[in-house]
Amino acid sequence: MPTSTLIILLLAVSSALYYFGRQRSLAVAGGEIRKLHSLPSYYGYYAALWCLLPALAVLLLWNGFESKVITTLVVNGLPAEVRNVDDARLGLMINDIRNLATGGVVSARPDPAMQTAASHYQDLQNISRAALAVVALVIASIGGFLAWRKIATGHRARNKVESIVKGFLLSSSTLAIFTTLGIVLSVLFEAIRFFQHVSITDFLFGLSWSPQMAIRADQVGSSGAFGAIPLFVGTMLISFIAMMVAAPIGLMAAIYLSEYASRRVRAIVKPVMEILAGIPTVVYGFFAALTVAPFLRDTGSMIGLDVSSESALAAGLVMGIMIIPFVSSLSDDVINAVPQAMRDGAYGLGATRSETIRQVIIPAALPGIVGGMLLAVSRAIGETMIVVMAAGLSANLTANPLEAVTTVTVQIVTLLVGDQEFDSPKTLAAFALGLSLFVTTLILNIVALHVVRKYREQYE
Amino acid sequence: MDIAMNTTEALMSPDSTDATSVHKPVRDAVGSPLLDATDARMTCRNVNVYYGEKHAIHDVSLDIGKNEVIAMIGPSGCGKSTFLRCLNRMNDTIEGCRVSGQIQIDDQDIYDKSIDVVPLRAQVGMVFQKPNPFPKSIFDNVAYGPRIHGLAGNRTDLDEIVETSLQKAGLWEEVKDRLDQPGTGLSGGQQQRLCIARAIAVSPEVILMDEPCSALDPIATARIEELIDELRSNFTIAIVTHSMQQAARVSQRTAYFHLGDLIEVGATEQIFTNPTHKLTEDYITGRFG
Repeated sequence: MPTSTLIILLLAVSSALYYFGRQRSLAVAGGEIRKLHSLPSYYGYYAALWCLLPALAVLLLWNGFESKVITTLVVNGLPAEVRNVDDARLGLMINDIRNLATGGVVSARPDPAMQTAASHYQDLQNISRAALAVVALVIASIGGFLAWRKIATGHRARNKVESIVKGFLLSSSTLAIFTTLGIVLSVLFEAIRFFQHVSITDFLFGLSWSPQMAIRADQVGSSGAFGAIPLFVGTMLISFIAMMVAAPIGLMAAIYLSEYASRRVRAIVKPVMEILAGIPTVVYGFFAALTVAPFLRDTGSMIGLDVSSESALAAGLVMGIMIIPFVSSLSDDVINAVPQAMRDGAYGLGATRSETIRQVIIPAALPGIVGGMLLAVSRAIGETMIVVMAAGLSANLTANPLEAVTTVTVQIVTLLVGDQEFDSPKTLAAFALGLSLFVTTLILNIVALHVVRKYREQYE
Repeated sequence: MDIAMNTTEALMSPDSTDATSVHKPVRDAVGSPLLDATDARMTCRNVNVYYGEKHAIHDVSLDIGKNEVIAMIGPSGCGKSTFLRCLNRMNDTIEGCRVSGQIQIDDQDIYDKSIDVVPLRAQVGMVFQKPNPFPKSIFDNVAYGPRIHGLAGNRTDLDEIVETSLQKAGLWEEVKDRLDQPGTGLSGGQQQRLCIARAIAVSPEVILMDEPCSALDPIATARIEELIDELRSNFTIAIVTHSMQQAARVSQRTAYFHLGDLIEVGATEQIFTNPTHKLTEDYITGRFG
């Protein structure tokens, strides 16, 4: 029986138990709900959950170990002379057996030993499926029946159901944390492998970035330089330009929207800003590469400046425009969180609107605004698509926004695009860069959240 | 342009804040909302307020006498706070709020198009229900008004204004050694007195108080009530309160509002001992509200 059918069957059984549980609770109470500790539906959920959860747990575990157990059994059943090969060959063979069993494409013409193994594999799998179905259904029935029997007027079904629900909520919230942890660890281990080839100080403080490596021994190639400073500088330069655009415009937009705009203007402008936030960054990317960069180059040549066709300025400007809605919506929230009493106090003293904003509202909202800006910076540092398309690949160590620079994210992309071998420092460098990027944005986010939280405490 | 200038000057002129004038109890106004012209500091005629479609105040006519404390009482939602906020146009900040009728100070209609709210609010100050000091130092809180209105020529003047305001608000002794500390760090009662000092610092003629003690404990309340009584010699005070005892303690005249109507106004003593209107009597005696 396929797993999906089994799950549907289990759901059906547990729905039945919901019904029976509910009925039983009504029966033991003699139809008077008031006598019950919990509402009848809780008794229903109680029975249904006890039926469903253990069976699902068994199902998960079974699926986790099934293929391993079957493979071991099949390999042990193979003739000894076929079995005694190195691990890589054995792996290929097992793959072939599996493919034979499921009717897929096999690498070589199957010999009789393989054919027997494949049918053995298939038999075992069928047995396992059937056994799983039986076991799961039996467990579901037993669990459901035991729960059903426990139902009595004083039975605290609500508390038990709610604690299970709480468990679900808890596991959902920790899922994201564990995923983050997994990502960090995977990046960390690859980065450590990189640092076995290149020292940390060379990486963090080296001034030259040229990750070309000789792939084969006979190849003539540069030995590779992994100094990340040009990338960090490029990233900071572009982020700085982006914030120069986004911070004032976003903040002023937020001030207008929260303090000046009438309800009607706000109802139109805010959603439009949010549309700006919804444009895919790749679209911003070709806007930067095909419209802004040539425009800057042409304008530059008109006034006698040498602007390269892929410049930090173009990428930074467009990235700034991309971040504007982010800054303005965060600032808008913070400004709106300033209590109305502050405004009343200032207006009541005869302050004008601009005096109130400059002298009362902005100072009160400043910590939150700074927090929002820091979040925007970490967004700018991590932004990839715009810089890939508009900033260029040459790792120039320069502070001139008219030249092409490259960023950490761009290098990660170029290092990992195409065919890779994962034992060369060239590829592993991407993970070291990813780790440094992660650490930077993590620190920025922690600081930003801390600042924002501190501000919140001030009023509540 | 000329008119606007004149108006501003008229509003700014402190001619009628005569601190030395002896307070004259307004006993002769019993039963009538209108005082004779010489005593009225603000005159309101046929004031109507609408919030969108809702007609919140119906045709209220009321005079606010010079150097008196007038209390406005009534059940929740009766429009007393709305009416109070009309007196310095604080309702302007509420979207969809519309005021008709006439409210005059110094023979100027404050809702006239040529009137600038900035000098008006300097002339008619306000203290709010919840103490709302700015997240600045105690000094800067009090100095805020004088600074934006340019009342102090130099630092010495400003120091003096801050000191006298805090003294009038009865807060000087408690805070004189920590003027640079944040105003939000004071206790609730001190914060409210700081807000009163802040309002006094721009030397208004009228101070509006919107339930100034509702967020305070009884001791702080007693302190503020004492203060209101002291302030009466220099300022005209209109106070909205939910506490009838408070109205009886601090005010000379009391106005009773009910569902947007001004039901009765008269000397406080008369309102509380011998109300003429049935609704007032019911409210005073605690039959509803």
